[in-house]
Amino acid sequence: MGGSDAAAVAETLAGDEEAFAGLVERHSRNLFRLAYRMTGNEHDAEEVVQETFLRAYRRLDQFKAQASVGTWLYSIAINCARDLLQQQKKHQEHRELESPERPSALEREAAGEPLPDRLALSAELSRQVALALRRLTSKERAALVLRHFEGLSIEEIGRTLGLRPSATKNSIFRAVRKLRRVLGPLAPLARTTP
Amino acid sequence: MSHLTEAQLVLFHYGEAADPAAIEAHLEGCSRCAASHHDLQQLFAALDRLEVPQRSGQYGAEVWRRLRPQLVRRAELARDGWLRVRTWAWASAVAALVVAAFLAGRFWRSSEPTLAGPIAPQVRARILLVAVGDHLERSQMVLFELVNAKAGDPIDISSEQKWSEKLLPENRLYRLSAARAGAAGVASVLDELERTLLEIVHSPAQLSAAELERIRQRIEARGILFKIRVIGSHMQQKSPAPLAGLT
Repeated sequence: MGGSDAAAVAETLAGDEEAFAGLVERHSRNLFRLAYRMTGNEHDAEEVVQETFLRAYRRLDQFKAQASVGTWLYSIAINCARDLLQQQKKHQEHRELESPERPSALEREAAGEPLPDRLALSAELSRQVALALRRLTSKERAALVLRHFEGLSIEEIGRTLGLRPSATKNSIFRAVRKLRRVLGPLAPLARTTP
Repeated sequence: MSHLTEAQLVLFHYGEAADPAAIEAHLEGCSRCAASHHDLQQLFAALDRLEVPQRSGQYGAEVWRRLRPQLVRRAELARDGWLRVRTWAWASAVAALVVAAFLAGRFWRSSEPTLAGPIAPQVRARILLVAVGDHLERSQMVLFELVNAKAGDPIDISSEQKWSEKLLPENRLYRLSAARAGAAGVASVLDELERTLLEIVHSPAQLSAAELERIRQRIEARGILFKIRVIGSHMQQKSPAPLAGLT
């Protein structure tokens, strides 16, 4: 995979635009998954994927052959997603944040009220996680997503985000602390729902 | 060993603790830290419940289908340069008239009753959406051209400046009408676009490679091209819904 990626980069730079299609086809799904976890929104994730490839295409001559194309695309995607999150935060577009007055199904269950359908509960848990992630800053979210979901090491995350290892760790710690505050009472349900 | 901190437990969970054996031994003998560790594990299990919409094996090909025309357009721009953009001059004038009509309808509606066939607010909003979408596309092409300008020293950006100068008055009109219509998101992107266009207009017509790179970097740092695409895409989605939906 790495070899064919490098070949695709070289062929694209040599003028074969179709070679870029290979990169797009190989990396789109992973980038979508990453973008969705960063944005929490399908439409925004699609935008991030597309913008990632546009930026990559434009900067293809800056790609350093010693890095993997996948990692390089990840760092572009993370920056795109952070741009988008910062833009949304600026305009307070967190419209979908649930009103605090209305107790969610999970909160009702946590309070000992009758259980709704287990699958609905599971879906709601996913939604609550998505909402909790939106409360993080874009840096905290990026660090946590790369560490928890993508399994990158602290060092790799630092390189991707342009942070020192200590700053990377602090971003993850802050993210965990915030998530614990928001999801703490609901977290035990993660092991009881299907 | 004193009690473990949350930070130590987080690093331990992710396999990045400095001394995992010591932490493991501590957890076996300390119920308080074991309980904290258990809570953290529950939190991480909850995070794993985040569902990601599935994409089929054809997804990469779909992305490429959407992406390719944009790459081709860039290639065409690089080849044809401003010949292509010049043909859009008429669109600029028409768009400005459309906004003027929109603003006129909006501001004069309450004081001057119309005799027959007034334009419905939804229709006006739709007209404005189309006009702003067209303006954004033309602005995008100017910025693309600049960002993708071929290396050279000096680099002549007088064509881009000319077009930025033409786009500026329209941009002010659209920004004003978007703000009046309550579309704060659109107004904000137009505001950033305006600053970018002003910067291009006020730059020297002949730039050194370093000066061009600085402009490029500012365009990229603002993410203005991305924002234009996001707004344009939202417009396509929302159309023909009222513009106020784009706040």
